[in-house]
Amino acid sequence: METTNTLSELSHQLVDLFTENSELIEKESTDYMNSFRTKALEDFNKFGLPTKKQEAYRYTNLETYFKGEYFPVLSPENFSLNLTDIFKCDIPELDTYVVLVLNGFYYNKNIYHYLPEEVTITGLAQASKNQNGVFNKHYGKYADTSLDGLAALNTLFAQDGVYIHIPKGVELEKPIQIINICYSFKNLRITHRNLIVAEDNSKVNVVVCDHTLCDKSYLSNSVTEIYAGENSYIAYNKIQNENIKSTQLSNTFIHQEANSHVTSNTISLHGGLIRNNVYVTLNAPGCENNTYGLFFADDHQHIANYAEIRHMQPHCHSDQLFKGILDDEATGTFNGKIYVAKDAQKTEAYQRNNNILLSKTAKMNSKPQLEIYADDVKCSHGATMGQLDNDALFYLRTRGINEKEARHLLMYAFANEVISITNVPHLKERIIELVDKRLRGELSRCNNCTIGCT
Amino acid sequence: MSLLKINDLRVAIEGKEILKGINLEINPGEVHAIMGPNGSGKSTLASALAGRDNFNITHGSVQYLDEDLLDMSPEERAKKGMFLGFQYPVEIPGVSMVNFLKTALNEKRKYNNLPPISASDFLKIMREKKELVEIHSNLTNRSVNEGFSGGEKKKNEIFQMAMLEPRLAILDETDSGLDIDALKIVANGVNKLRTKDNATIVITHYQRLLDYIIPDFVHVLYKGRIVKSSGKELAMELEEKGYDWLKEEVV
Ligand SMILES: Nc1ncnc2c1ncn2[C@@H]1O[C@H](COP(=O)(O)OP(=O)(O)OP(=O)(O)O)[C@@H](O)[C@H]1O
Ligand SMILES: [Mg+2]
Repeated sequence: METTNTLSELSHQLVDLFTENSELIEKESTDYMNSFRTKALEDFNKFGLPTKKQEAYRYTNLETYFKGEYFPVLSPENFSLNLTDIFKCDIPELDTYVVLVLNGFYYNKNIYHYLPEEVTITGLAQASKNQNGVFNKHYGKYADTSLDGLAALNTLFAQDGVYIHIPKGVELEKPIQIINICYSFKNLRITHRNLIVAEDNSKVNVVVCDHTLCDKSYLSNSVTEIYAGENSYIAYNKIQNENIKSTQLSNTFIHQEANSHVTSNTISLHGGLIRNNVYVTLNAPGCENNTYGLFFADDHQHIANYAEIRHMQPHCHSDQLFKGILDDEATGTFNGKIYVAKDAQKTEAYQRNNNILLSKTAKMNSKPQLEIYADDVKCSHGATMGQLDNDALFYLRTRGINEKEARHLLMYAFANEVISITNVPHLKERIIELVDKRLRGELSRCNNCTIGCT
Repeated sequence: MSLLKINDLRVAIEGKEILKGINLEINPGEVHAIMGPNGSGKSTLASALAGRDNFNITHGSVQYLDEDLLDMSPEERAKKGMFLGFQYPVEIPGVSMVNFLKTALNEKRKYNNLPPISASDFLKIMREKKELVEIHSNLTNRSVNEGFSGGEKKKNEIFQMAMLEPRLAILDETDSGLDIDALKIVANGVNKLRTKDNATIVITHYQRLLDYIIPDFVHVLYKGRIVKSSGKELAMELEEKGYDWLKEEVV
């Protein structure tokens, strides 16, 4: 594959890749799942990969994401992986239902002890075959393939991932921890497709940990659809910790019904190129949505965060908070959109993006987008770019705290506003530890992993 | 051996000379008061001694415990026992008082080849020192100075000084903004921490403070120079007459 392809050439190549392999891709999927590919192909043919002309992608050149040679993963591979090795990546003390996903495919040996029987955690492909109605009711309903080319691309290739179903009234206290692992001896193109359905009055905590266990290049394009039923509560924490050669495109589509409460928090600790899209639709009155992000980038890393909150109905409250620290030649973008429909009166929608640039060469673009058609709305947005506070630095140093430690304290303090939001106790401690390591430059991938890769 | 010896110190900020040749010697056990009109350079002197880095030291030398002070980083000075009580303490949101104090204390211990302090010892010392400066509220559970009242910030400076037990403390207008009770508490704290080995520089505008912290010397800083040095009676004279007579004397 040429590395200097234009986006439209790349899009054509991706369509070709699908056409050539469609039989293989469709073989293991249900007709229902396959039926979505038709529309996705149509949309992708029409729009292709998003270009800079699209407002949401103005500062992101997807060409750089898609260049390079990858081997597409189109069927699950059989690994003789030792589970206990991988579980060392687990969060110590954090008691969770651990869901392993290998190169985008659900690991069929996952076991969930004491999982309430009404709750389902399974592979997406398996879920689609189970025909329980819930899957068909929700799959493909929120990831609009005509809205975002990456969603179309994902839907085209989607085969497997994680499916979680929390039925009405069930409150699952123990968090579900999805560990996405990239593990291979060649460079891979990976597609994840996840569906989380939390029905009325249910509650669930989901933690997603993304890891590359090998030193290979990975290009992953994931779509996670999240449905929050009436009066449900969902906490969705995603921790991205991948190698410098990895490219991650993460698309989360959240659909909320009346009085539901969803908090998503994406912590981008490490990676090569990262693009996070979070689309939220507040589809009924009384919803509360918090969309948070914390990111660190140095070297030549690039991190793009896009959040779009659609207030369709009155009396909803949304809050976006994204904070980032960039060093060296790192670049970042934040683009936060607030859409308030004509009928969405009494909307409260807030947005804030604060950035610290540690070097003169680090760059950050931040842009709010407000589209407000209702008139009784409370809305605010703000972005800051700054350095570490010199007065604070001096103050700390006059107390004997050396410069490095003082800088660390200030960076940590800056990040802590987002970290402290996490309400899963042991997870918070783990995040604190990881962020601490990241800020000290000691983190490049999961520290507890012992799997040797060559 | 003197604790601090400042020799013809000149400091410029953004190209403008602010300190125009300061000479001052401080011995262990002494309390020096520095007074002077607004803008005369008192805080500049204090910050320069603490190691503020955007200052340009154009001339002179400073010996601290027979070492070249100007060669040291701010943290090195602090570890060697220097303490600056800020005229305007800085708010640091997100850095908890406890974490801050523990880090500071442990850095100093590390410097003195001591192991990190145990959690229980730390709490004990903190409780003791809080009593010394009569901090009863839960200020220590908050972020450093964040949302502290003016007086609380000043008390917090003395509290930190008590925790760090400096050889040389420079207190820059720690008395301004304090009510009369707080003033007594702060002065009392300073007096309790006095030993024959350490020394204090108090920068103040008010004779009032010097009723409680009795200085051995009073210096007047005027337009970047120490224009008069004398015993504690000078403070009284200044309170009565202001600075005008000195200005005339200088001219
Ligand atoms: N960072 C700076 N940039 C420019 N000028 C400065 C800076 N810091 C101090 N100055 C100037 O230096 C002079 C001395 O200031 P300094 O704060 O030392 O005075 P002071 O004697 O402490 O006054 P006060 O009694 O009001 O506290 C003032 O004219 C002040 O404006
Ligand atoms: Mg001053």
